[in-house]
Amino acid sequence: MPRTSHWIVRRLSHLDGILLVLVLLLLGISLAVVASASGQSPARISGLLVNMGLALSVMVVMANIPPHLLSKVGPPLYVAGVVLLIGVALFGEIRNGSRRWLNLGFMAFQPSELLKLALPLMLAWYFQRNEGLLRAKHFLTGAILLLVPFLLILRQPDLGTALMIGASGFYLLFFAGLPWKVILGGGILGAAALPVMWGLMHDYQQRRVLTLLDPSSDPLGAGYHIIQSTIAIGSGGLFGKGWMQGTQNQLDFIPERTTDFVFAVFGEEFGYAGVILLVGLYLAIVARGLVIAARAPTLFGRLMAATLSLNLFTYVFVNMGMVSGILPVVGVPLPLMSYGGTALITLLLGMGILMSVATHRQLNKS
Amino acid sequence: MKYATPLKNLDRELARFHGRLKVGAVFVALLATALLARAFYLQIVQHDYYIQRAESNRISLVPAAPNRGLILDRNGRILAENYSAYTLEVTRALLDNLEVTLAEVGKLIEITPGQLRRFRRLLSESHEFETVPLKSKLTDEEVAILAANRYRLPGLDVKARLFRNYQAGPGMAHVLGFIGRINDRDLKKLREDGREQNYRGSVHIGKTGLEQSYETLLHGRTGFDQMETDSSGRAVRMLSRIPPVPGKDLRLHLDVELQAVAEHAFGDYLGGLVALDPNTGGVLALVSKPGFDPNLFVDGIDPETWKSLNESPERPMVNRVLRGIYPPGSTIKPFMALAGLELGVRKASDSIVDPGYFSLPNSRHQFRDWKRGGHGVVDLRRSISQSCDIYYYRLAVDMGIDRMHDYLAKFGLGEKTGIDLEGESSGLLPSRDWKQRRWKQPWYPGETVIAGIGQGYHLTTPLQLAAATAMLANGGRRIEPRLVQAVRDPLAHTWQLQPGGVRGQVAIDPAHLAIVREGMMDVMRPGGTAAASVAGAPYTVAGKTGTAQVVGIKQGARYDASRLARQHRDHALFIAYAPAENPTIVVAVMVENGGSGSGTAAPVARAVFDYYLTGKRPGDMKLEANDAAD
Repeated sequence: MPRTSHWIVRRLSHLDGILLVLVLLLLGISLAVVASASGQSPARISGLLVNMGLALSVMVVMANIPPHLLSKVGPPLYVAGVVLLIGVALFGEIRNGSRRWLNLGFMAFQPSELLKLALPLMLAWYFQRNEGLLRAKHFLTGAILLLVPFLLILRQPDLGTALMIGASGFYLLFFAGLPWKVILGGGILGAAALPVMWGLMHDYQQRRVLTLLDPSSDPLGAGYHIIQSTIAIGSGGLFGKGWMQGTQNQLDFIPERTTDFVFAVFGEEFGYAGVILLVGLYLAIVARGLVIAARAPTLFGRLMAATLSLNLFTYVFVNMGMVSGILPVVGVPLPLMSYGGTALITLLLGMGILMSVATHRQLNKS
Repeated sequence: MKYATPLKNLDRELARFHGRLKVGAVFVALLATALLARAFYLQIVQHDYYIQRAESNRISLVPAAPNRGLILDRNGRILAENYSAYTLEVTRALLDNLEVTLAEVGKLIEITPGQLRRFRRLLSESHEFETVPLKSKLTDEEVAILAANRYRLPGLDVKARLFRNYQAGPGMAHVLGFIGRINDRDLKKLREDGREQNYRGSVHIGKTGLEQSYETLLHGRTGFDQMETDSSGRAVRMLSRIPPVPGKDLRLHLDVELQAVAEHAFGDYLGGLVALDPNTGGVLALVSKPGFDPNLFVDGIDPETWKSLNESPERPMVNRVLRGIYPPGSTIKPFMALAGLELGVRKASDSIVDPGYFSLPNSRHQFRDWKRGGHGVVDLRRSISQSCDIYYYRLAVDMGIDRMHDYLAKFGLGEKTGIDLEGESSGLLPSRDWKQRRWKQPWYPGETVIAGIGQGYHLTTPLQLAAATAMLANGGRRIEPRLVQAVRDPLAHTWQLQPGGVRGQVAIDPAHLAIVREGMMDVMRPGGTAAASVAGAPYTVAGKTGTAQVVGIKQGARYDASRLARQHRDHALFIAYAPAENPTIVVAVMVENGGSGSGTAAPVARAVFDYYLTGKRPGDMKLEANDAAD
């Protein structure tokens, strides 16, 4: 065997077979649905293929980085992310009424994206360092590490991203052993604070929640998205209208249908059977992720694998819940399905980390 | 703080992690269940609802208005037809500033003050999103100018619309009526009748005349194009098409040339005439003078013209034949004579001596004859030919008001005839009951006396008189006058005859009827009251003249002095049929302020008989009428 192919085989051996198959299945579905939703636009399809290629490469790279190296990236990445967030707060560009973007000259960049991975990495690194000695102060420090970016993003304002990042931080604290008393106490406090939160919410945020409660109150405005996407999903029925046959999709009634609302297209064209399959695939990924977490040799690996798995499903839940009308409209893409380069790369980066945790465990043992 | 337990034992920490993993798994399972439950609800439970919502999203029904049916006269001459014309229409909701836009348009094409007034009236009656016509019948040049400037004038649209043209002139207005734009009242009525859907593509609806009474037939059924549309409402393709069913064409009994002859025969008098076929009830002519131009109404009339039409002392909008109510006067006498014979109150041979007046027993009040000194010895036949009032005063008293009312009612007097036009008046046939109900007063004997010569409370329309006269002509068959003879489905091309309406047969002793008819023929013979009007006619006529005091149509008190004198004159009445032996036409004429029936009304009937029976037109009839005939 030539040396190069030997090298490639070694790199590829760090991929987790089960995860790889699941990811490729979802990407295949994504390709089909985006093709249908974009009216077989060659630009969209080739764009999606490029994104997928890029993201899969990133995944392979990540899978080959051993967890103990990965954990060292946590603190600098986190610090950089928080600094950039502060930069956004001071110098950020305002788009659509909120300050989320940082203009780097050659590209506009959302530092909050960076935190999606940086925060779990940072926390996992921190708890790994204190493995076996965990006390209240460590959880307190963890909570502060969580709250700093959370509040910065909330201020932008970007409630959706703040909550998603907050959730990933919370999962990590939870898996690290955050006491139930604190969780329950916090939950009760949070519920009590809801009215206060409501008062602090921006008008458009309040409107989104109200629209969710009664979409018909604003049928041409914010409610239009929810109404049209629920019509699309509901009209799909048990087996759907068939690929490229969804009238809501083809006749342009579904907004943002290659990106955030891609699930509406899927639900319309593939029906309830398709939805079961899709949710099943996501559950399989989560299950695999949790198995990887259970078998991981280090606390860092365990926390990362468990958090990334739950995080993935949280995205799935928030997106599908939004599109099917049980959650407010927040700009969260459907993992591995929505068109969008950054999100896909971030996700496969996470998958790569999962694979790294999975395969380096085996390598360590051998 | 105390709540965090330090775990020095890595195994215990690992065990706790595994516990947390299970909690995480349960959490994810719960979320997944929620998603699947929601999807189940939408896609299985509510599927029917959402599939219907998706369909109504995607499919829009574009109404296709049917072509309105034509109206033709008995010879196939077109009286009402459709034409397509370009109209400049305005949607107010799309305008920034109405006045600026109107000024801009005014610079491009001519907008007359009348058009502007009409536009403002229509605008005030319509909703913001309705399109309102500003100017119709645009010339090709105007269409081109507007098309070139369209980009500057949002909210303005040039549209091809179907219009109605009434080419038979003002004389036919009372028969045809007119269509007008559908207003809120029409819409409400359509909704109540459940016909709203059928008018989704329609702009016009019949407002009066035949256009109104035959609206359902003339309108047709609206078709629908089922279009697939995208979210911006653009039609992507046609899914199916339910073609509109055009309205039915109507062919009338009416002869438009006979109508013109009759109208012309009035000269400068106003009044009404109706000619019926006594056998079928077909309306051969129906004139109400003055008429008006029905074309004014089709696209909305401007308020000033409407006001002048409505407030004119000549009342051009009132159909005198249907709605003018007049005391029948002496035209009641043949019916009274027949009543006397049929009820056994008189024999044909009974005669009276007419001293020129009549008094009730125990009363000094004298009811006078129209002829000073009276008619001498008068029998029943002569009572008709001489129109002897005294004869009928006595007859009425001998008969009594109750029997008089009941017998005359058989001829449809005081009752709507049931013609196929709306808005007919019923007139009034007085009776003891009626007076008690209406006035809470007993019937006085003197009222019976004047009722005998068709005066007092008695009121009839010219149409009623014609229908009653037709019963004398056809031997007692009570026909309902009908304008429409046949109906044609424009796709099938075959005419379907409409059945004439018959309300039954009054049994009349033929001998009695023959005497009355002889009396009416005597009227037209030398020595009769209307003999002069039929001098030299190659056919025989049976008729009866009458006069009516001004009751039905009161005219404005302040009017031109030269007319004032005329307007105090009685209305002239005349009923007749011809040929007397075998009648084919019955006529009732009312000449407003015509004075005597023989002097003004009978000559009008003569002209109608001449044309109908011999084809002869009045010698002085203008050329344009001849043009219309060719």
